[in-house]
Amino acid sequence: MTATKLSRRAFTGTLLATTALSACAVQTAPAKAHVVVIGGGFGGATAAKFLRLEDPGIAVTMIEPKDAFVTCPFSNYVIAGFKRIDEITHSYAALTSVHGVRHVRDMAAAIDPAAKTVRTAGGQTFKYDKLVVSPGIDIRWGALEGYTEAAAERLPHAWAGGPQTLLLRRQLEAMPDGGVVALSLPGNPFRCPPGPYERISVIAHYLKANKPRSKILALDAKDAFSKQGLFQDGWNALYPGMIEWVPLGKDGRVVRVLADEMTLVSEFGERHRANVINVVPPQFAGRIARDAGLAATEGGMAGWCPVDPFTFESTRAKDIHVIGDASIAGAMPKSGFAANSQGKFVAKAIAAALNGRPTFAPVFANTCYSLLAPEYGISVADIFRATPQGIVAVQGAGGVSPRTPQDAAQHRLLEARYAYGWYSSTTREVWGA
Amino acid sequence: MRKLVVIAAFAAAFVAGAAAAQTPAAAPIPGSVLAATCSGCHGTGGRSVAEIPSIYGKTETQIATAMLEFKNDRRPATVMNRHAKGFSDAEIAELSRYIAANWR
Repeated sequence: MTATKLSRRAFTGTLLATTALSACAVQTAPAKAHVVVIGGGFGGATAAKFLRLEDPGIAVTMIEPKDAFVTCPFSNYVIAGFKRIDEITHSYAALTSVHGVRHVRDMAAAIDPAAKTVRTAGGQTFKYDKLVVSPGIDIRWGALEGYTEAAAERLPHAWAGGPQTLLLRRQLEAMPDGGVVALSLPGNPFRCPPGPYERISVIAHYLKANKPRSKILALDAKDAFSKQGLFQDGWNALYPGMIEWVPLGKDGRVVRVLADEMTLVSEFGERHRANVINVVPPQFAGRIARDAGLAATEGGMAGWCPVDPFTFESTRAKDIHVIGDASIAGAMPKSGFAANSQGKFVAKAIAAALNGRPTFAPVFANTCYSLLAPEYGISVADIFRATPQGIVAVQGAGGVSPRTPQDAAQHRLLEARYAYGWYSSTTREVWGA
Repeated sequence: MRKLVVIAAFAAAFVAGAAAAQTPAAAPIPGSVLAATCSGCHGTGGRSVAEIPSIYGKTETQIATAMLEFKNDRRPATVMNRHAKGFSDAEIAELSRYIAANWR
């Protein structure tokens, strides 16, 4: 298909013609500026919606191939069988019909920072005044030997909500009682630091009720993990004897996947055969960010995108903001909550800049809830601020749930309820009316 | 210049230990930006969808009192005590003013 280059004026005209037909999104004046957002996840959809809330005079185009977004948060509960996938699937209808975001169902294929254009796989070209890049993660296929896209059809990663989530669910359902579920867990950094350990917990919850003679073997490339004490306390209390976690220091790092033999091979050659294998693989920033030269190419953060901690503007390209999992956000975790927090800030900062208003320093929040069972929740929370050296968590604030609260059962129950409450509020904030 | 002020503020904050959330008077963070940290759980405009309490329709005093009590561990909490400690008293005042005025 031939690439069609639209001038901004022509584009705005098209946008007006389209949106004038929908009752809620009528614009009375030509757009003062055009912001393109790549990605419709927690970061991208938040940025798109909040740009429109900040200033309806800004035209916003969101380039996202999917019709609806299946969240990675709460997908562990689909895997464990206490949520349905439709409960974690969010349509873009409200963003377009209520908020006037133009949703282009296409894949962003190339960015030209000099010309300030984005080209899609389908051959459309969009000129931007500001660009928000929020593509999430890609799997680094082959970085773990033997873990290919074909292997993932047999040994799911389930690290993006969707078909992989359901595949892992079906495999757990099909597994006989007394089987072994093995997980291969990556080194830092990766999406959702507590996610693998929540997954271990809720799979144990499913097995305890349905296949109580089964075991979980977690092979980890790390010696420590998020909310570790709280998770291990919970595992001992709820699932005694069911979960074996093998850290790096005890040969936990998996270096090879033998998909045909349903086997994981450790650094020192130990072979672990299992009935179900979930590989949480090495990751890097979504392809469009790497292809556009927005990612670091060397060092421990190679493959992730460096940004100015005060603005989330790429240090490698002007007028491009990289947010969410793809960015190097200092102490902020790669979480949906963090991406939502960044999306709101970037929307405010871009709206201020496009209106000639003064800039301001950011403040960000994160709360990551994890469920160890449907009524047993824990959390890690922090407030973050920018420094010239990067984003840091405020000292003396934040941290994890108390390990021995006064009324432990009530505390864990309340945090579980707040986990569900967070999900309901935040998904409405990101994708809702 | 703004960054220099922030650097100085952070240096002072780290020395001060737990009182780290001092925002430089020269560059206060606007109430709308402070309040954006609340809506991820409490809902856009403070309108929570489910189990987490809504915070719209409150007075400035109600919000500031709750935040300061959370910050000083004088009100039971699961997570709000951890969040409230991340803000200076001046920021809590601005946050409360903004929410009371705008989240009706």
